[in-house]
Amino acid sequence: MSKESLETYALAHGLKPMGVRAPLFKYLREAWMRRDFAWTFAMLNQEAENSRTRLGAWWGILVPLLQSLIYGLIFGVILGSTRAPNFIPFLVVGVFLFNFISGSLQTGASSITGNAGLLKSISFPRITLPLSAAMRQLLGLLPTLLIMFAVVVIFDRSIKWEIFYLPAIIALMFGFGFGVALVAARLTVEVRDLTKVLPFLTRILFYVSGVFYTPAHLGLNDSIFGFLVSINPVFSFLSLARGALVTGYSVNASDWLNASIWTVVVVVVGIVYFWQAEERYGDD
Amino acid sequence: MATTKRIVEERNPVVVVDGVDVIYRVYTTGKLARRRQTRDGVLQKNSKIRTVHAVKNVSFTIYEGETVGIIGSNGSGKSTLMRAMSGLMRVQDGKVFATSRPTLLSVGAALMPNLSGERNIVLGGMALGSTKAEMLAAVDAVSDFSGLKEFIDLPMRTYSAGMSARLRFAIAAYKDHEILVIDEALAVGDEQFRIRSEARVREMREKAGTVFLVSHSMQSILDTCNRVIWLEMGELRMDGDPKKVTDAYTAYMQSISDPEATELP
Repeated sequence: MSKESLETYALAHGLKPMGVRAPLFKYLREAWMRRDFAWTFAMLNQEAENSRTRLGAWWGILVPLLQSLIYGLIFGVILGSTRAPNFIPFLVVGVFLFNFISGSLQTGASSITGNAGLLKSISFPRITLPLSAAMRQLLGLLPTLLIMFAVVVIFDRSIKWEIFYLPAIIALMFGFGFGVALVAARLTVEVRDLTKVLPFLTRILFYVSGVFYTPAHLGLNDSIFGFLVSINPVFSFLSLARGALVTGYSVNASDWLNASIWTVVVVVVGIVYFWQAEERYGDD
Repeated sequence: MATTKRIVEERNPVVVVDGVDVIYRVYTTGKLARRRQTRDGVLQKNSKIRTVHAVKNVSFTIYEGETVGIIGSNGSGKSTLMRAMSGLMRVQDGKVFATSRPTLLSVGAALMPNLSGERNIVLGGMALGSTKAEMLAAVDAVSDFSGLKEFIDLPMRTYSAGMSARLRFAIAAYKDHEILVIDEALAVGDEQFRIRSEARVREMREKAGTVFLVSHSMQSILDTCNRVIWLEMGELRMDGDPKKVTDAYTAYMQSISDPEATELP
Protein backbone atom coordinates (compact mmCIF):
# COMPACT_ATOMS: atom_id res chain seq x y z
CA MET A 1 0.00 0.00 0.00
CA SER A 2 1.30 3.43 -0.85
CA LYS A 3 1.65 6.16 1.76
CA GLU A 4 -1.48 8.09 0.88
CA SER A 5 -3.70 5.06 0.80
CA LEU A 6 -2.51 3.84 4.23
CA GLU A 7 -3.32 7.21 5.72
CA THR A 8 -6.74 7.42 4.06
CA TYR A 9 -7.41 3.84 5.10
CA ALA A 10 -6.60 4.67 8.73
CA LEU A 11 -8.67 7.82 8.78
CA ALA A 12 -11.56 6.10 7.00
CA HIS A 13 -11.66 3.57 9.83
CA GLY A 14 -11.86 6.26 12.45
CA LEU A 15 -8.27 6.05 13.66
CA LYS A 16 -6.75 9.20 15.07
CA PRO A 17 -3.22 10.46 14.46
CA MET A 18 -0.93 9.92 17.48
CA GLY A 19 1.93 12.01 18.76
CA VAL A 20 0.17 15.16 17.65
CA ARG A 21 -0.08 17.90 20.23
CA ALA A 22 -3.67 18.56 21.29
CA PRO A 23 -5.05 22.03 20.57
CA LEU A 24 -4.46 24.36 23.53
CA PHE A 25 -7.95 24.31 25.00
CA LYS A 26 -8.41 20.59 24.60
CA TYR A 27 -4.97 20.17 26.19
CA LEU A 28 -5.92 22.32 29.14
CA ARG A 29 -9.16 20.42 29.55
CA GLU A 30 -7.27 17.11 29.61
CA ALA A 31 -4.85 18.58 32.14
CA TRP A 32 -7.73 19.81 34.29
CA MET A 33 -9.04 16.26 34.42
CA ARG A 34 -5.70 15.23 35.96
CA ARG A 35 -5.66 17.95 38.63
CA ASP A 36 -6.19 15.32 41.27
CA PHE A 37 -3.02 13.62 40.07
CA ALA A 38 -1.14 16.91 40.34
CA TRP A 39 -2.34 17.39 43.93
CA THR A 40 -1.53 13.87 44.99
CA PHE A 41 1.84 14.04 43.29
CA ALA A 42 2.57 17.28 45.16
CA MET A 43 1.47 15.88 48.51
CA LEU A 44 3.38 12.64 48.27
CA ASN A 45 6.55 14.32 47.03
CA GLN A 46 6.35 16.95 49.73
CA GLU A 47 6.01 14.20 52.27
CA ALA A 48 8.84 12.14 50.81
CA GLU A 49 11.17 15.13 50.57
CA ASN A 50 12.14 15.18 54.21
CA SER A 51 11.60 11.52 54.90
CA ARG A 52 15.32 10.80 55.10
CA THR A 53 16.00 13.52 57.66
CA ARG A 54 15.46 13.06 61.38
CA LEU A 55 13.43 16.20 61.88
CA GLY A 56 11.34 15.46 58.80
CA ALA A 57 8.67 18.03 57.99
CA TRP A 58 9.96 20.35 60.75
CA TRP A 59 12.64 21.45 58.32
CA GLY A 60 9.93 23.18 56.32
CA ILE A 61 9.63 25.63 59.21
CA LEU A 62 13.17 25.49 60.57
CA VAL A 63 14.92 26.47 57.34
CA PRO A 64 13.08 29.78 56.81
CA LEU A 65 13.35 30.53 60.55
CA LEU A 66 17.12 30.04 60.49
CA GLN A 67 17.35 32.11 57.33
CA SER A 68 15.38 34.90 59.00
CA LEU A 69 17.65 34.74 62.01
CA ILE A 70 20.83 35.00 59.95
CA TYR A 71 19.55 37.69 57.60
CA GLY A 72 18.17 39.52 60.60
CA LEU A 73 21.57 39.57 62.30
CA ILE A 74 23.54 40.45 59.17
CA PHE A 75 21.25 42.97 57.50
CA GLY A 76 19.90 44.28 60.77
CA VAL A 77 23.41 45.42 61.66
CA ILE A 78 24.51 46.51 58.19
CA LEU A 79 21.39 48.54 57.49
CA GLY A 80 21.48 50.26 60.89
CA SER A 81 19.19 53.28 60.81
CA THR A 82 17.97 52.52 57.30
CA ARG A 83 16.27 49.41 58.63
CA ALA A 84 12.61 49.14 57.76
CA PRO A 85 10.33 49.66 60.79
CA ASN A 86 9.10 46.57 62.61
CA PHE A 87 12.12 44.88 61.16
CA ILE A 88 11.66 41.36 62.51
CA PRO A 89 8.08 40.72 61.31
CA PHE A 90 8.95 42.64 58.13
CA LEU A 91 11.89 40.34 57.47
CA VAL A 92 10.11 37.11 58.42
CA VAL A 93 7.21 37.83 56.06
CA GLY A 94 9.73 38.66 53.34
CA VAL A 95 11.86 35.56 53.79
CA PHE A 96 8.94 33.14 54.11
CA LEU A 97 7.12 34.38 51.05
CA PHE A 98 10.28 34.77 48.97
CA ASN A 99 10.93 31.09 49.59
CA PHE A 100 7.61 30.32 47.98
CA ILE A 101 8.63 32.07 44.76
CA SER A 102 12.19 30.74 44.66
CA GLY A 103 10.84 27.27 45.48
CA SER A 104 8.44 27.46 42.54
CA LEU A 105 11.34 28.43 40.32
CA GLN A 106 13.53 25.57 41.51
CA THR A 107 11.01 22.74 41.69
CA GLY A 108 9.47 24.01 38.46
CA ALA A 109 12.84 23.86 36.72
CA SER A 110 13.33 20.24 37.72
CA SER A 111 9.70 19.19 37.23
CA ILE A 112 10.40 17.80 33.75
CA THR A 113 14.09 16.94 33.87
CA GLY A 114 13.76 15.38 37.32
CA ASN A 115 10.86 13.06 36.47
CA ALA A 116 12.35 11.23 33.51
CA GLY A 117 11.23 7.81 34.76
CA LEU A 118 7.62 8.87 34.84
CA LEU A 119 7.74 10.78 31.56
CA LYS A 120 9.32 7.92 29.68
CA SER A 121 6.75 5.41 30.90
CA ILE A 122 3.39 7.10 30.92
CA SER A 123 1.88 9.70 28.66
CA PHE A 124 -0.32 12.32 30.30
CA PRO A 125 -0.55 16.10 29.93
CA ARG A 126 2.93 17.18 31.05
CA ILE A 127 1.67 20.51 32.33
CA THR A 128 0.45 18.68 35.44
CA LEU A 129 4.09 18.42 36.58
CA PRO A 130 4.91 22.16 36.80
CA LEU A 131 1.42 22.63 38.24
CA SER A 132 2.28 20.04 40.84
CA ALA A 133 5.55 21.87 41.55
CA ALA A 134 3.65 25.07 42.37
CA MET A 135 1.14 23.11 44.45
CA ARG A 136 3.99 21.63 46.40
CA GLN A 137 5.21 25.10 47.32
CA LEU A 138 1.72 25.96 48.45
CA LEU A 139 1.63 22.88 50.66
CA GLY A 140 4.99 23.87 52.09
CA LEU A 141 3.83 27.44 52.69
CA LEU A 142 0.71 26.64 54.71
CA PRO A 143 2.40 25.47 57.93
CA THR A 144 4.90 28.33 57.75
CA LEU A 145 2.00 30.79 57.71
CA LEU A 146 1.28 29.84 61.32
CA ILE A 147 4.87 30.71 62.26
CA MET A 148 4.54 33.97 60.39
CA PHE A 149 1.38 34.82 62.34
CA ALA A 150 3.10 33.89 65.59
CA VAL A 151 6.09 36.16 64.86
CA VAL A 152 3.78 39.02 63.89
CA VAL A 153 1.73 38.64 67.07
CA ILE A 154 4.81 38.39 69.31
CA PHE A 155 6.69 41.38 67.88
CA ASP A 156 3.85 43.50 66.58
CA ARG A 157 1.30 42.80 69.33
CA SER A 158 -1.55 43.32 66.91
CA ILE A 159 -3.40 41.63 64.12
CA LYS A 160 -4.61 43.88 61.35
CA TRP A 161 -7.98 43.54 59.69
CA GLU A 162 -6.10 43.53 56.36
CA ILE A 163 -5.15 39.96 57.17
CA PHE A 164 -8.32 39.04 55.24
CA TYR A 165 -6.47 40.06 52.08
CA LEU A 166 -3.97 37.28 52.65
CA PRO A 167 -5.85 34.42 50.90
CA ALA A 168 -6.18 36.56 47.76
CA ILE A 169 -2.49 37.50 47.94
CA ILE A 170 -1.50 33.85 48.28
CA ALA A 171 -3.83 32.80 45.46
CA LEU A 172 -2.23 35.38 43.19
CA MET A 173 1.23 34.28 44.26
CA PHE A 174 0.32 30.69 43.51
CA GLY A 175 -0.67 31.71 39.98
CA PHE A 176 2.60 33.56 39.58
CA GLY A 177 4.57 30.60 40.95
CA PHE A 178 2.81 28.29 38.48
CA GLY A 179 3.69 30.58 35.57
CA VAL A 180 7.31 30.76 36.70
CA ALA A 181 7.43 26.96 37.07
CA LEU A 182 6.11 26.52 33.52
CA VAL A 183 8.70 28.79 31.96
CA ALA A 184 11.51 27.33 34.08
CA ALA A 185 10.44 23.76 33.24
CA ARG A 186 10.72 24.22 29.49
CA LEU A 187 13.81 26.45 29.63
CA THR A 188 15.63 23.73 31.58
CA VAL A 189 14.68 21.19 28.94
CA GLU A 190 16.00 23.49 26.21
CA VAL A 191 19.19 24.49 27.98
CA ARG A 192 20.34 22.11 30.69
CA ASP A 193 23.00 24.62 31.72
CA LEU A 194 20.23 26.55 33.41
CA THR A 195 20.32 24.18 36.38
CA LYS A 196 23.83 25.45 37.12
CA VAL A 197 22.84 29.09 36.77
CA LEU A 198 19.64 28.83 38.75
CA PRO A 199 21.17 29.28 42.23
CA PHE A 200 22.74 32.56 41.06
CA LEU A 201 19.49 33.75 39.53
CA THR A 202 17.70 32.99 42.78
CA ARG A 203 20.32 34.93 44.70
CA ILE A 204 20.05 37.94 42.40
CA LEU A 205 16.27 37.81 42.67
CA PHE A 206 16.65 37.76 46.45
CA TYR A 207 18.66 40.99 46.40
CA VAL A 208 16.38 42.88 44.02
CA SER A 209 13.08 41.88 45.61
CA GLY A 210 13.28 43.84 48.83
CA VAL A 211 13.27 40.80 51.07
CA PHE A 212 15.23 42.63 53.79
CA TYR A 213 14.84 46.28 52.76
CA THR A 214 12.54 48.66 51.00
CA PRO A 215 13.90 51.20 48.50
CA ALA A 216 11.98 53.89 50.35
CA HIS A 217 13.79 53.36 53.65
CA LEU A 218 17.12 53.19 51.86
CA GLY A 219 16.33 56.55 50.27
CA LEU A 220 16.52 55.02 46.82
CA ASN A 221 12.95 55.65 45.71
CA ASP A 222 13.94 58.00 42.91
CA SER A 223 16.83 55.94 41.61
CA ILE A 224 16.73 53.46 38.74
CA PHE A 225 17.29 50.68 41.27
CA GLY A 226 14.28 51.82 43.25
CA PHE A 227 12.18 51.86 40.10
CA LEU A 228 13.27 48.36 39.09
CA VAL A 229 12.45 47.00 42.52
CA SER A 230 9.04 48.65 42.46
CA ILE A 231 8.05 46.96 39.19
CA ASN A 232 9.43 43.63 40.39
CA PRO A 233 6.37 41.43 41.00
CA VAL A 234 8.07 39.63 43.88
CA PHE A 235 8.49 42.92 45.72
CA SER A 236 4.82 43.67 45.06
CA PHE A 237 3.81 40.34 46.60
CA LEU A 238 5.98 40.94 49.64
CA SER A 239 4.63 44.50 50.02
CA LEU A 240 1.05 43.27 49.81
CA ALA A 241 1.68 40.59 52.43
CA ARG A 242 3.42 43.11 54.72
CA GLY A 243 0.52 45.48 54.27
CA ALA A 244 -1.80 42.70 55.33
CA LEU A 245 0.21 41.64 58.39
CA VAL A 246 2.72 44.17 59.68
CA THR A 247 1.90 47.47 61.40
CA GLY A 248 3.24 50.48 59.54
CA TYR A 249 2.76 49.02 56.07
CA SER A 250 -0.26 49.37 53.85
CA VAL A 251 -1.85 47.37 51.08
CA ASN A 252 -1.38 49.50 47.97
CA ALA A 253 -3.48 49.49 44.83
CA SER A 254 -0.35 49.88 42.73
CA ASP A 255 1.06 46.65 44.16
CA TRP A 256 -2.19 44.81 43.45
CA LEU A 257 -2.09 46.09 39.89
CA ASN A 258 1.57 45.26 39.30
CA ALA A 259 1.27 41.79 40.84
CA SER A 260 -1.93 41.00 38.92
CA ILE A 261 -0.56 42.11 35.55
CA TRP A 262 2.61 40.10 36.04
CA THR A 263 0.68 37.03 37.13
CA VAL A 264 -1.68 37.10 34.14
CA VAL A 265 1.20 37.65 31.71
CA VAL A 266 3.44 34.97 33.23
CA VAL A 267 0.64 32.38 33.38
CA VAL A 268 -0.52 32.98 29.80
CA VAL A 269 2.99 33.11 28.38
CA GLY A 270 4.02 30.14 30.52
CA ILE A 271 1.11 27.95 29.42
CA VAL A 272 1.59 28.66 25.71
CA TYR A 273 5.38 28.35 25.90
CA PHE A 274 5.23 25.09 27.82
CA TRP A 275 2.48 23.60 25.64
CA GLN A 276 4.39 24.29 22.43
CA ALA A 277 7.05 21.73 23.35
CA GLU A 278 4.63 19.19 24.87
CA GLU A 279 5.67 16.26 22.67
CA ARG A 280 9.33 16.78 23.48
CA TYR A 281 9.24 16.32 27.24
CA GLY A 282 10.85 13.06 28.21
CA ASP A 283 12.10 12.15 24.76
CA ASP A 284 15.85 12.07 25.21
CA MET B 1 -8.77 -16.86 -2.27
CA ALA B 2 -11.65 -14.46 -2.75
CA THR B 3 -13.16 -15.36 0.61
CA THR B 4 -9.86 -14.86 2.41
CA LYS B 5 -9.59 -11.44 0.89
CA ARG B 6 -13.06 -10.51 2.05
CA ILE B 7 -12.32 -11.58 5.61
CA VAL B 8 -9.17 -9.49 5.57
CA GLU B 9 -11.13 -6.48 4.40
CA GLU B 10 -13.67 -6.83 7.20
CA ARG B 11 -11.18 -6.73 10.05
CA ASN B 12 -11.03 -3.48 11.97
CA PRO B 13 -7.66 -1.77 12.10
CA VAL B 14 -6.56 -0.61 15.55
CA VAL B 15 -3.08 0.74 14.89
CA VAL B 16 -1.67 1.93 11.58
CA VAL B 17 2.03 2.75 11.45
CA ASP B 18 2.67 4.60 8.22
CA GLY B 19 6.27 4.97 7.05
CA VAL B 20 7.65 5.97 10.43
CA ASP B 21 11.18 7.29 10.86
CA VAL B 22 12.64 8.07 14.27
CA ILE B 23 15.92 9.92 14.60
CA TYR B 24 17.59 10.56 17.95
CA ARG B 25 19.91 13.44 18.54
CA VAL B 26 22.18 12.64 21.45
CA TYR B 27 25.15 14.18 23.16
CA THR B 28 28.07 11.83 22.87
CA THR B 29 31.10 11.25 25.02
CA GLY B 30 34.09 8.93 24.87
CA LYS B 31 36.71 7.99 22.33
CA LEU B 32 34.43 7.57 19.36
CA ALA B 33 32.88 10.93 20.06
CA ARG B 34 36.27 12.65 20.19
CA ARG B 35 37.28 11.12 16.91
CA ARG B 36 34.05 12.20 15.30
CA GLN B 37 34.30 15.63 16.75
CA THR B 38 35.54 18.18 14.26
CA ARG B 39 37.47 21.29 15.05
CA ASP B 40 34.38 23.06 16.36
CA GLY B 41 34.70 24.98 19.58
CA VAL B 42 33.08 24.14 22.88
CA LEU B 43 30.30 26.62 22.27
CA GLN B 44 29.52 25.02 18.94
CA LYS B 45 26.89 22.76 20.38
CA ASN B 46 26.57 20.36 17.47
CA SER B 47 30.18 19.26 17.82
CA LYS B 48 29.10 16.62 20.31
CA ILE B 49 25.75 15.70 18.88
CA ARG B 50 25.32 12.48 17.03
CA THR B 51 22.18 11.49 15.21
CA VAL B 52 20.97 7.93 15.42
CA HIS B 53 18.49 6.73 12.86
CA ALA B 54 16.69 4.26 15.13
CA VAL B 55 13.61 3.40 13.07
CA LYS B 56 13.62 3.47 9.29
CA ASN B 57 10.46 3.74 7.23
CA VAL B 58 8.43 1.14 9.11
CA SER B 59 4.81 0.48 8.12
CA PHE B 60 2.25 -2.03 9.36
CA THR B 61 -1.42 -2.31 10.21
CA ILE B 62 -2.62 -4.07 13.34
CA TYR B 63 -6.17 -5.37 13.62
CA GLU B 64 -8.55 -5.77 16.51
CA GLY B 65 -7.80 -8.64 18.86
CA GLU B 66 -4.27 -9.23 17.65
CA THR B 67 -1.45 -9.84 20.06
CA VAL B 68 1.70 -8.74 18.33
CA GLY B 69 5.15 -9.91 19.29
CA ILE B 70 7.98 -7.49 18.47
CA ILE B 71 11.38 -9.15 18.15
CA GLY B 72 14.85 -8.16 17.01
CA SER B 73 18.38 -7.98 18.34
CA ASN B 74 19.40 -5.43 20.99
CA GLY B 75 19.38 -1.93 19.60
CA SER B 76 17.22 -2.83 16.61
CA GLY B 77 14.71 -0.07 17.38
CA LYS B 78 11.94 -2.11 19.04
CA SER B 79 11.53 0.05 22.12
CA THR B 80 11.92 3.26 20.16
CA LEU B 81 9.19 2.21 17.77
CA MET B 82 6.90 1.31 20.66
CA ARG B 83 7.54 4.64 22.36
CA ALA B 84 6.89 6.52 19.15
CA MET B 85 3.69 4.53 18.71
CA SER B 86 2.55 5.52 22.19
CA GLY B 87 3.22 9.18 21.56
CA LEU B 88 6.17 9.35 23.96
CA MET B 89 8.63 10.18 21.18
CA ARG B 90 8.51 12.37 18.16
CA VAL B 91 8.65 10.81 14.74
CA GLN B 92 10.71 12.59 12.10
CA ASP B 93 8.71 11.28 9.23
CA GLY B 94 5.59 9.22 8.74
CA LYS B 95 2.57 8.94 10.99
CA VAL B 96 0.98 6.71 13.57
CA PHE B 97 -2.77 6.26 13.73
CA ALA B 98 -4.65 4.46 16.46
CA THR B 99 -8.16 4.10 17.80
CA SER B 100 -6.95 5.35 21.17
CA ARG B 101 -3.63 6.24 22.70
CA PRO B 102 -1.66 3.04 23.37
CA THR B 103 -0.64 2.52 26.99
CA LEU B 104 3.05 1.78 27.20
CA LEU B 105 4.65 -0.21 29.92
CA SER B 106 8.40 -0.36 29.71
CA VAL B 107 11.12 -1.54 31.99
CA GLY B 108 13.89 0.76 33.05
CA ALA B 109 14.03 3.30 35.81
CA ALA B 110 11.49 3.48 38.59
CA LEU B 111 8.47 5.66 37.96
CA MET B 112 8.95 7.83 41.02
CA PRO B 113 12.14 6.53 42.65
CA ASN B 114 11.75 8.26 46.01
CA LEU B 115 8.19 7.17 46.62
CA SER B 116 7.15 3.80 47.98
CA GLY B 117 5.79 1.05 45.75
CA GLU B 118 2.36 1.70 47.17
CA ARG B 119 2.47 5.36 46.19
CA ASN B 120 3.79 4.50 42.78
CA ILE B 121 0.71 2.35 42.33
CA VAL B 122 -1.62 5.19 43.26
CA LEU B 123 0.18 7.89 41.28
CA GLY B 124 1.00 5.67 38.31
CA GLY B 125 -2.64 4.62 38.03
CA MET B 126 -3.78 8.23 38.32
CA ALA B 127 -1.34 9.32 35.62
CA LEU B 128 -2.84 6.60 33.45
CA GLY B 129 -6.23 8.17 34.00
CA SER B 130 -7.81 6.43 36.99
CA THR B 131 -9.28 8.40 39.87
CA LYS B 132 -7.65 8.58 43.26
CA ALA B 133 -10.46 6.68 44.97
CA GLU B 134 -10.23 3.96 42.35
CA MET B 135 -6.49 3.58 42.86
CA LEU B 136 -6.67 3.65 46.66
CA ALA B 137 -9.15 0.82 46.43
CA ALA B 138 -6.93 -1.03 43.97
CA VAL B 139 -3.66 -0.80 45.91
CA ASP B 140 -4.05 -4.19 47.54
CA ALA B 141 -5.08 -5.98 44.37
CA VAL B 142 -2.20 -4.46 42.41
CA SER B 143 0.41 -5.22 45.04
CA ASP B 144 -0.97 -8.76 45.34
CA PHE B 145 -0.65 -9.25 41.61
CA SER B 146 2.89 -7.90 41.61
CA GLY B 147 3.77 -10.31 44.41
CA LEU B 148 5.70 -7.52 46.14
CA LYS B 149 3.53 -7.18 49.21
CA GLU B 150 6.45 -7.32 51.61
CA PHE B 151 8.31 -4.54 49.81
CA ILE B 152 5.41 -2.31 48.93
CA ASP B 153 6.30 0.30 51.56
CA LEU B 154 9.91 0.63 50.36
CA PRO B 155 10.94 3.43 47.99
CA MET B 156 10.96 2.24 44.41
CA ARG B 157 14.65 3.15 44.01
CA THR B 158 15.47 0.19 46.23
CA TYR B 159 13.76 -2.26 43.86
CA SER B 160 15.71 -4.55 41.59
CA ALA B 161 15.05 -4.42 37.84
CA GLY B 162 12.83 -7.47 38.11
CA MET B 163 10.81 -6.07 41.01
CA SER B 164 10.43 -2.75 39.28
CA ALA B 165 9.19 -4.46 36.11
CA ARG B 166 6.68 -6.52 38.09
CA LEU B 167 5.26 -3.46 39.76
CA ARG B 168 5.00 -1.58 36.48
CA PHE B 169 3.24 -4.48 34.84
CA ALA B 170 0.83 -4.79 37.74
CA ILE B 171 0.01 -1.05 37.58
CA ALA B 172 -0.59 -1.04 33.84
CA ALA B 173 -2.40 -4.37 33.65
CA TYR B 174 -4.75 -3.57 36.52
CA LYS B 175 -7.17 -2.00 34.09
CA ASP B 176 -8.17 -3.30 30.69
CA HIS B 177 -6.61 -1.22 27.98
CA GLU B 178 -7.72 -0.97 24.40
CA ILE B 179 -4.09 -1.01 23.30
CA LEU B 180 -1.33 -2.09 25.66
CA VAL B 181 2.37 -2.13 24.84
CA ILE B 182 4.53 -4.29 27.10
CA ASP B 183 8.22 -3.69 26.60
CA GLU B 184 10.41 -6.50 27.98
CA ALA B 185 8.49 -6.41 31.23
CA LEU B 186 7.73 -10.12 31.20
CA ALA B 187 11.30 -11.18 30.60
CA VAL B 188 12.68 -9.60 33.76
CA GLY B 189 10.29 -11.18 36.20
CA ASP B 190 10.73 -14.72 37.44
CA GLU B 191 8.99 -17.82 36.05
CA GLN B 192 5.98 -17.67 38.35
CA PHE B 193 5.37 -14.02 37.50
CA ARG B 194 5.85 -14.66 33.80
CA ILE B 195 3.11 -17.28 33.82
CA ARG B 196 0.75 -15.02 35.74
CA SER B 197 1.33 -12.04 33.50
CA GLU B 198 1.05 -14.05 30.30
CA ALA B 199 -2.31 -15.26 31.53
CA ARG B 200 -3.31 -11.65 32.09
CA VAL B 201 -2.21 -10.71 28.56
CA ARG B 202 -4.34 -13.51 27.10
CA GLU B 203 -7.27 -12.39 29.23
CA MET B 204 -6.96 -8.86 27.86
CA ARG B 205 -6.77 -10.18 24.36
CA GLU B 206 -10.02 -12.07 24.90
CA LYS B 207 -11.66 -8.80 25.88
CA ALA B 208 -10.77 -7.53 22.40
CA GLY B 209 -7.74 -5.64 23.63
CA THR B 210 -4.73 -5.29 21.37
CA VAL B 211 -1.45 -6.15 23.00
CA PHE B 212 2.08 -5.51 21.76
CA LEU B 213 4.73 -7.60 23.44
CA VAL B 214 8.40 -6.77 23.04
CA SER B 215 10.47 -9.73 24.14
CA HIS B 216 13.62 -11.73 23.60
CA SER B 217 11.90 -14.85 24.88
CA MET B 218 10.64 -16.72 21.83
CA GLN B 219 8.67 -18.94 24.19
CA SER B 220 6.73 -15.99 25.60
CA ILE B 221 6.09 -14.74 22.08
CA LEU B 222 4.87 -18.10 20.82
CA ASP B 223 2.71 -18.62 23.91
CA THR B 224 0.87 -15.32 23.67
CA CYS B 225 1.11 -13.80 20.20
CA ASN B 226 -0.75 -14.49 16.99
CA ARG B 227 1.42 -12.20 14.90
CA VAL B 228 5.09 -11.29 15.04
CA ILE B 229 7.03 -8.34 13.67
CA TRP B 230 10.79 -8.60 13.36
CA LEU B 231 12.87 -5.42 13.35
CA GLU B 232 16.55 -5.36 12.50
CA MET B 233 18.74 -2.23 12.34
CA GLY B 234 15.58 -0.13 12.50
CA GLU B 235 14.03 -1.78 9.47
CA LEU B 236 11.06 -4.09 9.32
CA ARG B 237 12.54 -7.45 8.38
CA MET B 238 9.51 -9.71 8.55
CA ASP B 239 5.86 -9.55 9.59
CA GLY B 240 3.48 -12.46 9.91
CA ASP B 241 2.87 -15.86 11.47
CA PRO B 242 4.65 -16.24 14.85
CA LYS B 243 6.21 -19.63 14.08
CA LYS B 244 7.56 -18.57 10.70
CA VAL B 245 8.99 -15.26 11.87
CA THR B 246 10.56 -16.56 15.08
CA ASP B 247 12.13 -19.47 13.16
CA ALA B 248 13.63 -17.09 10.63
CA TYR B 249 14.85 -14.84 13.45
CA THR B 250 16.41 -17.72 15.39
CA ALA B 251 18.16 -18.94 12.23
CA TYR B 252 19.44 -15.42 11.56
CA MET B 253 20.74 -15.03 15.11
CA GLN B 254 22.57 -18.35 14.85
CA SER B 255 24.07 -17.40 11.50
CA ILE B 256 25.54 -14.14 12.78
CA SER B 257 26.83 -15.40 16.10
CA ASP B 258 30.39 -16.57 15.77
CA PRO B 259 30.61 -20.14 17.14
CA GLU B 260 34.31 -19.60 17.99
CA ALA B 261 33.57 -16.62 20.18
CA THR B 262 30.57 -18.06 21.99
CA GLU B 263 32.17 -21.39 22.81
CA LEU B 264 33.13 -21.57 26.45
CA PRO B 265 36.58 -22.82 27.35
